[in-house]
Amino acid sequence: MNLPPFARSQRLTIVSGILCFVLILVVLQLWLLTATMESFLGGSDAIVVPAALASIGCFALNFGLLHFFLRKLDR
Amino acid sequence: MKTDDPDHVSKSPDGRDARLQPAWREQFPVDWPTDDFRSRRDFTKLLGLTSLAFVAGQLWIALLSLRRRAKESRSLPETEIASVAELPVGGSKVFDYPRSGAACVLTRVATDRFVAYGQKCTHLSCPVIPRPERNRLQCPCHEGAFDLATGEPIAGPPRRPLPRLRLAIRGGSVFAVGLEEGTL
Repeated sequence: MNLPPFARSQRLTIVSGILCFVLILVVLQLWLLTATMESFLGGSDAIVVPAALASIGCFALNFGLLHFFLRKLDR
Repeated sequence: MKTDDPDHVSKSPDGRDARLQPAWREQFPVDWPTDDFRSRRDFTKLLGLTSLAFVAGQLWIALLSLRRRAKESRSLPETEIASVAELPVGGSKVFDYPRSGAACVLTRVATDRFVAYGQKCTHLSCPVIPRPERNRLQCPCHEGAFDLATGEPIAGPPRRPLPRLRLAIRGGSVFAVGLEEGTL
């Protein structure tokens, strides 16, 4: 998809938005990792796979945003 | 990167020119003037890598979980641990299972019912002591207590149940035949 060129001020807003979103997702992944580790060390394996899938989903979203940021917006 | 700034005072350990140094020395400079402020772009890239590292951590836990399940499903040896006549109702016996040094405790809770648990408290590994008259296993270190019938924690600091052994009674003897799933 060809995006119209953004003005510098628009790009700054978009980049800040992406940065905030990526930061929230990374904090979510950190929480997932600690909760999974806690549960695993407590002898329960029930949430290991769902948490891994959720973390992969977060990374995919981050990767998509970074791709947009670096390849489309940052041309 | 070498600058003419008087604050640029450090020299590389090997004394060679800054341009001949490995890239990481440029990325992590000692002198303030050679340090660039990280841009939003760099920070966002770093967050992307952090996100990947968290995924790697999750996958590592999943791998450990699979290994643990495989280990649990492997059959443990069947070991004779006591004779039925040896223990009166309310009596207990300490034994090692599945290997030497892994202390467990067997308790006869009724004429036809035995229970056995790992003896290490799940709080800080003190040995638990059966108290059949109070229907619990007591940890003397921090006054933790576990239900004698299920091994679940009922008082004190422990939050996890004791590992429970599967038992079989054959020919007047009590055998340990494995560990209950999810209790280790």
